[in-house]
Amino acid sequence: MFKFVLKGLFRDRSRSFFPILIVTAGVMVTVFLTSFLDGYLRSMIRQNARFATGHMKIVTNAYAEKLSQKPYDLGFINSESEFEQWKKEFPDIRWTPRIYFGALLDVPDASGNTSEQGDIFGMAIDMQDETAVKDIQIKEALLQGRLPEQPDEVLLSEDLFNKLGLSLDSTITLLGSSVYGAMAFRNFSVCGTISFGVEAIDRGGLVADIEDIRAFLDMPGGATEYFGYLPTADYDDAKAKEIKKQFNAKYNSEDEFAPVLLTLTDQNDLGILLEFYGAYLGMISFIFVIIIAIVLWNAGLMNSIRRYGEFGLRLAMGEQKKHLYWWLIMESLAIGVVGSVIGAAIGIMVLLYFHTHGIDFGVFLKDSSIMMENIIYTSVELKNVLLGILPGILSTLLGAMLAGIGIFRRKTSQLFKELET
Amino acid sequence: MKKLITILSLIASLTLLNAAYPDGNELLKKIDDNMLSKTMKAKTTMVVQTKRATRTMVSINWAQGNSKSFSEYLSPAREKGTKMLKDGDNLWIYDPNTDRIIQISGNMLKQSVMGSDLSYEDFMEESTMQESYTATVSGAKVYEKRDCWVLNLSAKKADVAYQKITMYVDKVRFIPLYEDRYAKSGKLLKTTRVQEVMQVKDRWYPKTVLYKDALKNSKGTLFNVESIEFDLSIPAYIFSKASLKK
Repeated sequence: MFKFVLKGLFRDRSRSFFPILIVTAGVMVTVFLTSFLDGYLRSMIRQNARFATGHMKIVTNAYAEKLSQKPYDLGFINSESEFEQWKKEFPDIRWTPRIYFGALLDVPDASGNTSEQGDIFGMAIDMQDETAVKDIQIKEALLQGRLPEQPDEVLLSEDLFNKLGLSLDSTITLLGSSVYGAMAFRNFSVCGTISFGVEAIDRGGLVADIEDIRAFLDMPGGATEYFGYLPTADYDDAKAKEIKKQFNAKYNSEDEFAPVLLTLTDQNDLGILLEFYGAYLGMISFIFVIIIAIVLWNAGLMNSIRRYGEFGLRLAMGEQKKHLYWWLIMESLAIGVVGSVIGAAIGIMVLLYFHTHGIDFGVFLKDSSIMMENIIYTSVELKNVLLGILPGILSTLLGAMLAGIGIFRRKTSQLFKELET
Repeated sequence: MKKLITILSLIASLTLLNAAYPDGNELLKKIDDNMLSKTMKAKTTMVVQTKRATRTMVSINWAQGNSKSFSEYLSPAREKGTKMLKDGDNLWIYDPNTDRIIQISGNMLKQSVMGSDLSYEDFMEESTMQESYTATVSGAKVYEKRDCWVLNLSAKKADVAYQKITMYVDKVRFIPLYEDRYAKSGKLLKTTRVQEVMQVKDRWYPKTVLYKDALKNSKGTLFNVESIEFDLSIPAYIFSKASLKK
């Protein structure tokens, strides 16, 4: 029967062409949009985990209170033994210390006086730890020079490097405050330039070895944050929350410098974002179903008017209204399936293109502090394709059901009159 | 008739009361005369209390009017040899460990000096009180057992660090003993409380002052003048950049 319906639809193209076109366009847009949103969210989580939140992190109570300000003076000092203890206690988690800090970068002229200055956002990692280097993908981000090998070597963002007119091996001085509030100065040599593709960091980022920054900020054996990564590449909120519960029960106290563990979702409003993400996708599908159903309802009504004579004749010949209604639904199902398959196929092709080439948002992120990649890659997931196909079929069925109600309003007594005219 | 007498006596008493208050701008002149000198040399200690520790910094300072000053930190070890030179609008810092002279400008001027409750901007004010503010006397008050005038200052220009100041000025010694300094919006930015004064020849000068940055949750910075000399001869090279590296 379905084959017969299909034949009818394709032989009389005016019945199928417009509805298929609408469903195709709707499914294509939905598949692309959900895949794009998925890619956007994943990029955000990935970048946050890499640079800002880890899958979890240990900070002091006082630091946690002002987390967004990253107050390094409230970080850990001489915390090596505690760090070793945490590593032993949670061996599945890969822990790594970091220091985030702000400072003034001063470039000297030939006589040692200030020539250029710029504000930097500094990130100190354990350069001896290969995985810590991999975490933030410095090697991939390296544009010029090499990674720090000698003491007091730093990597500088390509943007700032060019803005200050520096060259590789240039000496720069960082001026900041020690954790005790004292003035802190230290000379560094620029050994390379980086671009992470994250506007918020690339604007004035500096990456250094944690030992050099400990000396600069007078925080021996310290760190502002101890990042923790789960063995799985993707973030697992339930697992992270379980570790948080165990850690805080054992180590957290009321002391302002006591350690406290925060999960990724405790930071940067990522919890709310993840919580609402599912709802966003559901909402998009729902809106799609409603809009397309209304359009198809209208198309169905127009079609009914065009096929008024046909329906009248079929009813006059004794065909049941129910059967005719069922027929219409079958036709719409065929349209929904064909339109959705074509729409999904085109949608997949588009998203595959952007999965490979990405969409450059760098221009829009120029003055932004959002931690996300400049280029967003769409994700390729079956659930996103289904999120387009299912509403595509549902909307055509709903549209046909609404339009077909008119069939039940036809009166057999009027049919012969209509046929005469 | 009775009503008229009452009104007249009220007006008379208000006029008398106003007449009893000195002119605010005259008071500012007296404050400037007392606090400023052609030259000055002082040894000071600055006690900075942070969440982690309390640090005491000793420095020796030279000044020529309001426009030039030079400071050298004598202790603690980490700060020893650090020097600061102010010449007009310019401020330079010398760090002996890196052997660098760094100019402080722009936003950096709003930063804290050595983690204290004082900003570089506090040191950069060049104009006298008279030049920067207009003042009105709004009353009299006893503060720390001293009779004071209550002065309300409004900035004459936009580039001063504090747009409004309320201060209690010692009626006899012309020292501002209490100050609340505000932004243009009315937000309290800084408070200063003189805890001890000292007499140096014919003038009185604040010896111990507690500064508090109202935007920080700090215990404040105690600034103490150990010794001070006024109107002495200071060689010109002291206020040159060359002296930073000496």
